[in-house]
Amino acid sequence: MWKRFRTNIGAMVGVVLLIAVILIAIFAPLIFANTPWQMVQRPFLAPFAMESLPLGTDTLGRDVAAQLAYGARVSLLVGLVSTLVALLIGVPLGALAGFYGGYVDEGAMRFTEFFQTIPNFALAIVLVAIFEPTLASITLAIAIVSWPPVARLVRAEVMSVRKREFVDAATLAGLSKPRILVRQVLPNTVSPIIVMASLMVATAILLESSLSFLGLGDPNAMSWGYMIGAARTVIRSAWWLSFFPGIAIVITVLALNLIGEGLNDALNPHLSRKGKA
Amino acid sequence: MTILIAILSRLAKAALTLLAIAVLNFCLLHAAPGDPAVVLAGEAGAADEQMIAQLRERFGLDQPLYVQLGKYIAGIVQLDLGYSFRQSAPVIDLIAERLPATLLLTLTAFVISLTCGIALGVAAAARVGKVSDSLLTTLALLFYATPLYWLALMAVLVFSVWLGWLPGFGYETVGSDFSGLARALDILKHLILPALTLGLFFMAVYMRMTRASMLEVSTADFVKTAKAKGLSGPVIRRRHILRNAILPVVTLAGLQAGQLVGGAVLTETVFAWPGIGRLMFESLAARDYNTILGVFLVSAAMVILFNIVTDIVYRIVDPRIGARA
Repeated sequence: MWKRFRTNIGAMVGVVLLIAVILIAIFAPLIFANTPWQMVQRPFLAPFAMESLPLGTDTLGRDVAAQLAYGARVSLLVGLVSTLVALLIGVPLGALAGFYGGYVDEGAMRFTEFFQTIPNFALAIVLVAIFEPTLASITLAIAIVSWPPVARLVRAEVMSVRKREFVDAATLAGLSKPRILVRQVLPNTVSPIIVMASLMVATAILLESSLSFLGLGDPNAMSWGYMIGAARTVIRSAWWLSFFPGIAIVITVLALNLIGEGLNDALNPHLSRKGKA
Repeated sequence: MTILIAILSRLAKAALTLLAIAVLNFCLLHAAPGDPAVVLAGEAGAADEQMIAQLRERFGLDQPLYVQLGKYIAGIVQLDLGYSFRQSAPVIDLIAERLPATLLLTLTAFVISLTCGIALGVAAAARVGKVSDSLLTTLALLFYATPLYWLALMAVLVFSVWLGWLPGFGYETVGSDFSGLARALDILKHLILPALTLGLFFMAVYMRMTRASMLEVSTADFVKTAKAKGLSGPVIRRRHILRNAILPVVTLAGLQAGQLVGGAVLTETVFAWPGIGRLMFESLAARDYNTILGVFLVSAAMVILFNIVTDIVYRIVDPRIGARA
């Protein structure tokens, strides 16, 4: 499996890009002497004009490069944690629905369908607006709008796995139903969940940046979406203020999508061959 | 006949969903930190003491929660979405005034993304493995990773600010007294950039889906039969592969409708497009919760409408569904 992943050029490009973003996020305070909130130069300093400020300054004279580095922290953190929370909601719900069937399945799927019908970005806006924008409320709102596909996927996987022979064997061996679900069935559904999770982190990063673009970011955290939102009105005079954060988002999301596709090809070689035939 | 029954059951389900969203809205209003009356009035001193007392009485905020819920739902059934103290107008009027602009934008973006996405997907699948296929796939991957609002801003920068080809702001030229065809053309010019940027992301999604689906169907036995009959490549692609490959794309398009409507908030914000998305954005800064929740409810209704339409399209494209039901 790892061999297949390693020979996938796109996936390796994704890994390299993502590692670079992670390193920048971790070592931001060491690389940049300035905090992202500190005024260091005159406002609207163009990029490449000063060696110490390679990407120029923003409307308040703050270091754009430092802001980008600190923004990576928020994006990665919110992306990762909200995906984990979404998995915590979606996996148990989907597993129970798929394993027990009947009324449990019916109820769980109606609930999931309801959340899939609601326009998810609009719901995220409403949640964050009502519960005040903080990193916690943003993360939770993104998790609440992103779990339905997980529940559906896990349900479908569990339904197909539970019909397999080793599950019958476990039943004959006298294992209890919950034990079979957790120990025998769920471990066999892990690979599609991993693929979906890596793509979900990418979507969550896009969602977080969209929320902070609309002014619904945590006021105490510098984020890429906030930078673009703040620079929106000065796009005519200072294009770089919106340009660089956007590139940062594209690179990070692209890296995660490439990794997700690489994982998909590596974990489900059967499917990928069909796709490329 | 079966289609009629299907539509009726869909409508009943839609009504139930909207009711559930109304209950959710009610819960959110009460979960918001602070006094619900103040929350309803909008914060930052928009309401004085007297107004808040009136609100308390009108919504019966001193009564038990279930009575309040009943009043709230009864109001919504009568299309009363509350009053926006910020804009001094009933929320439903604000939304009704702006809904046509949003419908025009989302429908245009939907049609553009679906037709171009399917066409490009078919083209890429036909040239699988060649340079043009890799180019299209890479471009789709790139658009897939691009934030909608950023793409919109960059489009304004390039096509409006630098090149000056298209207006990057508003719905029509301010202060012009165009009428009839001239006005339609003016609106069309303003529509191009917002609709294209909103549609590009979804075009990428549909293109990837169409390509994968075309490739999957092309290995089916009936395609081999068609080849053995001596049919030409384009005929097989159009008549045999595409007709089957298009089904999952239509399903996906229905599921994506919610994203499209949500994306309109971002596009309208960037282009100052006077739709309900822009209304939501303006209400965010003013903490005008009545308007925010009203727009939320109406956008959910729009998504349900999109879903019903794709459902009908699906039944037309695939008659087997109707027969089974």
